[in-house]
Amino acid sequence: MRTVRIAALLLAAAASAAALADAPVIRIERGEACVAPTQEMRRDHMDMLLHQRDRTMREGLREPRFSLKGCVDCHASQKTGSVLGKDGFCSSCHEYAAVSIDCFECHTPQRAARAAAARP
Amino acid sequence: MNPERRHLLGWGAAAAMGAALAPGLRLIELAQARSPEEAASALQRWGLLIDITKCGECDACVTACHEENGVVSNGRPATDAQWIRKVSLRDKRTGYAQTLPLMCQHCEHPPCVDVCPTGASFKRDDGIVLVDKHTCIGCRYCVMACPYGARSFIHEAVSGQKADVPRGKGTVESCTLCVHRVDRGETPACVEACNKDGGKAMAFGDLNDRDSAIHKRLRTEPSSQIRADLALNTGVRYQGL
Repeated sequence: MRTVRIAALLLAAAASAAALADAPVIRIERGEACVAPTQEMRRDHMDMLLHQRDRTMREGLREPRFSLKGCVDCHASQKTGSVLGKDGFCSSCHEYAAVSIDCFECHTPQRAARAAAARP
Repeated sequence: MNPERRHLLGWGAAAAMGAALAPGLRLIELAQARSPEEAASALQRWGLLIDITKCGECDACVTACHEENGVVSNGRPATDAQWIRKVSLRDKRTGYAQTLPLMCQHCEHPPCVDVCPTGASFKRDDGIVLVDKHTCIGCRYCVMACPYGARSFIHEAVSGQKADVPRGKGTVESCTLCVHRVDRGETPACVEACNKDGGKAMAFGDLNDRDSAIHKRLRTEPSSQIRADLALNTGVRYQGL
């Protein structure tokens, strides 16, 4: 009975280790705080982007708060300067969740050179 | 509030903003650039005035446009995107040759907007005609409808886009009048380049603003629209045509 329990424990440990290994890497490289609390960002960032997209495109409102450019400027990797690629801020989660995003078919995933140059 | 009342209030606010103490002296100076929190407004209509008597053989406008907007050639002229191009005209009888830059004419009544089945092709309130690539399905009706051949379809995957100018395969694009620069209060890249390196043939401004240089020239000097017979009321006007 005891061995069975230990085996079960070991199995559970192995399973959680495997889950951790596959979990997305979320590396926040810049900035003290995002434009909204983390939980809200995780749940609603796509709605924020969609809403801002239409406001910017159709009405010419370029509010910085929910701008995709702003997201990329903060969240692009220090190494690659991109939000895509291995462990990229966007691609890491979306690959894990099997959600394909089209944003970067057109928008650049690279942080703007100007923003990078102005960084401390 | 109904839209008409809103417009009326907008006009009232604009009139109050521009309240002049004396000619040339304003209580509050009219802002050149909108704040990012302010929507594009129908009080303005952006346009260009191009004096082709000053337009020479250079292509500073084309180079600057394509550099600013990240439009690169794939070495396939038949399918490469073209936001602006130099057109050469020659009178067959006299041999008199002229050259002019041609781009989206930012019509008041744009045929590209009329034919778009998804509403992707649209005119912003300040008169700039754009393609919302989020809803563009790449049908190319607008390419066929445009009398100026101003639109291009992107045939190949794009990389290395500029942060302000998203571009992607399967959508149609054209001159945006450098909308990202205009929203910052700057002039389009072609105009800047023409005045710096070219023949100083291009001017940019608000066609609705009686105090703007472009408005003054349009009301005192002769100018024309390309294919004026179509009554599209283009935002791009030419002189010396």
